[in-house]
Amino acid sequence: MDISVNKVLDAKGLACPMPIVKTKKVITNLEPGQVMEVQATDKGSTADLKAWADSSGHQYLGTIEDGDVLKHFLRKASEEEAKEETKHEEVVNLDDLRKKIEGNEKISILDVREPAEFAFGHIPGAVNIPLGELEQRFEQLNQDDELHIICRTGNRSDLAAQQLTEKGFTNVKNVVPGMTKWEGPLNKN
Amino acid sequence: MPKEMTTSELAKRIVNHEEIFILDVRNTDEFDDWKIEGGKVEVINEPYFNLLDGVDPIVDKLPKDKEIIVVCAKGGSSRMIAEMLEEEAGFTNMMNLEGGMKAWSEHLEPVKVGDLKDGGALYEFVRLGKGCLSYFVESNGDAAIIDTNRMISIYESFAAERDVQIKHLIDTHLHADHISGGRELAEKVGGTYYLPPKDATEVTFDYTPVEEGRDITVGNTTVKVQPIYSPGHTIGSTSFIIDDQYFLTGDILFVESIGRPDLAGKAEDWVADLRNTLYNKYKELSEDLLVLPAHYSFAKELGEGGLVSARLGHLYKVNSGLQVDDEGEFRKMVTENLPPQPNAYEDIRKTNMGKINPENEEQREMEIGPNRCAVHE
Repeated sequence: MDISVNKVLDAKGLACPMPIVKTKKVITNLEPGQVMEVQATDKGSTADLKAWADSSGHQYLGTIEDGDVLKHFLRKASEEEAKEETKHEEVVNLDDLRKKIEGNEKISILDVREPAEFAFGHIPGAVNIPLGELEQRFEQLNQDDELHIICRTGNRSDLAAQQLTEKGFTNVKNVVPGMTKWEGPLNKN
Repeated sequence: MPKEMTTSELAKRIVNHEEIFILDVRNTDEFDDWKIEGGKVEVINEPYFNLLDGVDPIVDKLPKDKEIIVVCAKGGSSRMIAEMLEEEAGFTNMMNLEGGMKAWSEHLEPVKVGDLKDGGALYEFVRLGKGCLSYFVESNGDAAIIDTNRMISIYESFAAERDVQIKHLIDTHLHADHISGGRELAEKVGGTYYLPPKDATEVTFDYTPVEEGRDITVGNTTVKVQPIYSPGHTIGSTSFIIDDQYFLTGDILFVESIGRPDLAGKAEDWVADLRNTLYNKYKELSEDLLVLPAHYSFAKELGEGGLVSARLGHLYKVNSGLQVDDEGEFRKMVTENLPPQPNAYEDIRKTNMGKINPENEEQREMEIGPNRCAVHE
């Protein structure tokens, strides 16, 4: 599968420690919240990248094996997402969202995370438009739907809900806290 | 520049009980799963990727006046950290373990057990990285290896140095914790590969069965390997007595512990066999036999020169697995509180049965990690 990312790093053929040394350099130059793909052939790179991401605050999204190549996806840490207050007033918690899904209510879910985050686990049926692309793509959404917006922690979805409200959407709900705490069914691409 | 240390140099220092300080820079999960132990080894962990901006976080944890051996998975990251410690923090006694834990897991250290009555000798190959023990019997130009490990070239060079021909490759049981090199080496040198038939019901290749009463002769009929059927760890587990002195117990009896009977998922079925072997069959043997197991679990089991061994009579006094009079309590001990299964043990069994044939690199990956064949207190 192809996942769009902000930057691809080719670390194929490099032995430890080089995949991480290079990843660290590249991620420094990314904007917070951007996603990179690290292509490596060193088997140990999966566990090491994961542990490094944990200790440095970045998000390890997952790894895809493509023949001998391991494609690791990482998202640069973003301090903005750490703050807890949200502004959009209409919120739905995860339990209620789950009940709606399980009750076979016809609802729309908009996932505003990056495609790589979406690819490694999302609610079945959710539509993915990353926050950064919403301005150009909001017309793909149906204004009449009851729209549940979700992201990782509730911050990007809050911004998305505000944006859509400005565009004239009237039935928009922010799902809190977000995918980090979601325990319902997951789809992977 | 940090100096390179070979696995062989490190092994010699460990078995000679020298003081060693190791900085292991692998990620903490791997370190917690498996690390270098033995003798007077002191080891600390700090992943290399936490030190990329500088070595300050660990400088205070390192001894200034001692040699420091830096270790990682394959030797690349440890070299970088060793260099940084020299350049940025002024350390002068840095060593890098060449090939890292990967090489360490494959190192075999030969230790002489003793001479045989006819002039031959018995060696124990200690696999310090994994706790596996294999045995090399030489007599009058011929050699037999018991519980051969995967790294067969090491035994081949050892035989070549002594100008002996490897003729017999014997496994005490179907191993679940490491890949046997017995079959491959037998094919290579035109030798005979022996397995206990009860462990070989599913194997996909030809082998020679070891059976009680059918001795195997090494050299000029002077060294006898007497198979003693002793089920317990696996249903076919067999022990051998060599030269009336040495008692190879496989994974049935260790120095500090006893075998676990559940590696094939049959703990309950085999408890009675294991008990019968340890509490009846072995008791009929001479107390003076030197027990030589196929594994060890604790660094303290490494004796002089690294030899892992004990007199059978001594083990009946001190080994906690041999002190349980009550059958119910024994059953409880060996079926409860078992340590986790060895990594990839099912794939290792299938490989040893010839059902799958993984590439070399994959075989190495399957074996990485500690040995967990023993029941601990």
